[in-house]
Amino acid sequence: MKHSSFIWFVLPSVVLMILFIALPIVSVVMQSLYTEHEQVIVTVENCGPFGCVEAQSVDQEATQALRDAQPLGKFAGTSVYRDRNHLAVDEVAAAWEASGSYREFWGTLMNLPFYGAMAFTLTYTAIVTPMTIILGFFVAIAVNSVARSLRGPTIFFSLLPMIVTPLVGALILFWMVDARGILGTALQWLANDPSLSVKASTPLMWIMLMFYGTWSSIPFAFIVYYAGLQTVNTDTLEAAMIDGASRWERIRYVIVPHLAPLTTFIALIQLMDNFRVFEPIISFQAQAHARSLSIAIFTDLGGETRLLSSAAATSVLTIVFVAILLMPVLVRTWREFDTK
Amino acid sequence: MKMMKTALLGSAIATLVTTAAWADGHGCGVEGGRLSIIGNEFPAIQTVARNAVECAESGSAEASANLTADHQTLNVAGMTGNPAEYTTAIVANSSIVALINEDVIRPLDDLVAEYGQDIPAQQLITVNGQVMAVAFMANSQNLVYRADVLEQIGMDVPTSYEQVLEAAEKIRAEGIMENPVGGAYAAGWNLAQEFTNMYLGTGGQFFEPGTANVTINNENGVEALEMMKALTEYMNPDYLTHDSNATSAEWEAGNVALMNMWGSRTNVLMDSEGSTPEVYENTMTSGPLTVGDSGRPANTLWWDGWTVAKNISDEDAAATFLAMKAGVSPDILNDETMTEAVWLMPNFESSPVNTGVLASVAAGSTPYPMVPFQGLLHTALGDNIADFLQGNESAEQTLADIEAAYTAAAKEQGFLQ
Repeated sequence: MKHSSFIWFVLPSVVLMILFIALPIVSVVMQSLYTEHEQVIVTVENCGPFGCVEAQSVDQEATQALRDAQPLGKFAGTSVYRDRNHLAVDEVAAAWEASGSYREFWGTLMNLPFYGAMAFTLTYTAIVTPMTIILGFFVAIAVNSVARSLRGPTIFFSLLPMIVTPLVGALILFWMVDARGILGTALQWLANDPSLSVKASTPLMWIMLMFYGTWSSIPFAFIVYYAGLQTVNTDTLEAAMIDGASRWERIRYVIVPHLAPLTTFIALIQLMDNFRVFEPIISFQAQAHARSLSIAIFTDLGGETRLLSSAAATSVLTIVFVAILLMPVLVRTWREFDTK
Repeated sequence: MKMMKTALLGSAIATLVTTAAWADGHGCGVEGGRLSIIGNEFPAIQTVARNAVECAESGSAEASANLTADHQTLNVAGMTGNPAEYTTAIVANSSIVALINEDVIRPLDDLVAEYGQDIPAQQLITVNGQVMAVAFMANSQNLVYRADVLEQIGMDVPTSYEQVLEAAEKIRAEGIMENPVGGAYAAGWNLAQEFTNMYLGTGGQFFEPGTANVTINNENGVEALEMMKALTEYMNPDYLTHDSNATSAEWEAGNVALMNMWGSRTNVLMDSEGSTPEVYENTMTSGPLTVGDSGRPANTLWWDGWTVAKNISDEDAAATFLAMKAGVSPDILNDETMTEAVWLMPNFESSPVNTGVLASVAAGSTPYPMVPFQGLLHTALGDNIADFLQGNESAEQTLADIEAAYTAAAKEQGFLQ
């Protein structure tokens, strides 16, 4: 393709990407480097139906003057990134000095909100991504071997977890695992422990969230693999059969290598999605047991006082960590491209 | 003196104009303009919004209402633009602070002088001498109890949390209920609110007077946390996921005999819907509980009221003011709406549903603090208390974590240096 026609070909998507992806990221980075102005606080008398009390209030005129002088806010550099609610640089250093053992240091680290959220987010990503890929692959293999007449309904049912709105799917499960729900009662009976409650136990809640995460994203892996299976070369498969390869050997030596590029694709998408885990924690009301970076952004923006800089800093950190996570996969793809 | 005369004349004319409007059948004085309400969603607010919209429409004004539990995340953004999307936000004493901090609502003094001389002074919320909102109802959390269960164990209505624990132990020991205590202890806003109640009950104060420096890591803080933990021993093990709705459902299912619950929700618990006669006929409410020996009620007083956006035209502001005034006028109270809340209008008649809130006002409960940094502390509380209740760390560590999380946020917001 000529360079000029190539440029015209990609121009629309480049423009859209700059408008809707690059510029917002730039604005978020800017936001994270600035904080609110120093608030001018005055003591005032507030009166209402319950009488009068002395309280503090923001002096609007004085604060407005500061805002007009510097509309972006006060330049704070990386101080928001370094504070206790984010990377907590000083606290981590102090904990490292003070801790007698790695165990103690780990305990202090997990007590810091950012590292606590990272621990859950990374565990979730590390477990849900491979589970989705493996189970999605087997579902695809199974559906592919179902009789042709039954394939339509089977595909439909296999896709159900993805069709159901995530919030609704999670809520249904949330009610079922309630101590009085059908699954919750079944678990109590199985474990022979009438006080067992999934919602009250952190480990069980983590398992629940990961189970839900896997369940809801299997259909994505399934449908991609299923499409891939339709392109497997039947000649190769028949040749393998004549050579006496078992079903398992055909999958291992013919199908799996054929689907390898798709696995890279699914892994990329799933790593990004799982790192931003959000809906399950909301619908399972699991904030007491599990927090993720997205939840931290949500609470920053949803409180009575919005913490814009804090939310922006967490967003930038999320982007950075997603980039780091994807690095191995991207490097691999690049190498493959380069050797060709 | 001349000014006085002019003012008098002004209000006399205003009265004339208003009377004229009343006379020609519009009823509430709105003529054109725009009314757009953002507010929380519960029966009392729905009543107010319905009446305000009716009034505005009768005066051929554009009128709409967006009532949602997510109002807090929408009101600041929806009032920042010019002209603002929402011309009025229905707020409480906690949420008005964010609107004042962001400077998106206007002082109402001129509108009150022109159109609102008849609004009783006790309904006007003033900050630094300026009217910022008009309150229409009072609310608080109070003890709700099952009279039949207390009778069965032979105890009087508890007046302190210590007595609640004693009663709970008896109820459990006698096998009446496994988890007799309820409470909105869902991690986040609800849990922070329960701590706020309990901490005030111990006689604690949140900040060094006159500053934004937090002071909760003390004996009072530990006492409040210990009492909360003691109560959770008698709660459904899933308490960290129970918000006010889930707690009310537990009550209606007959699983709970004692709980601290919002006055605005007792109407639902006492009506015959969603429960059995055994439960709703025996549901009673009493005044605030105390904790320890400070003698201060362990709850907070709340008002709900309406504001007017700053970034709107004078015409829209006048229309909004008049419509909202009509929305909370004494005329909206009838047999159906009377029990929806503790209304602040002069013709309000109390009923058993409202006993709790009125008892709290009488007992001198503290109003929820209206300071600009209280919301940041509330968020920090909601994020950290669950760690202590789950037994992951000591009370002192939890309080230290809360102080550190608050301080970092307050620095970012410019309240602390």
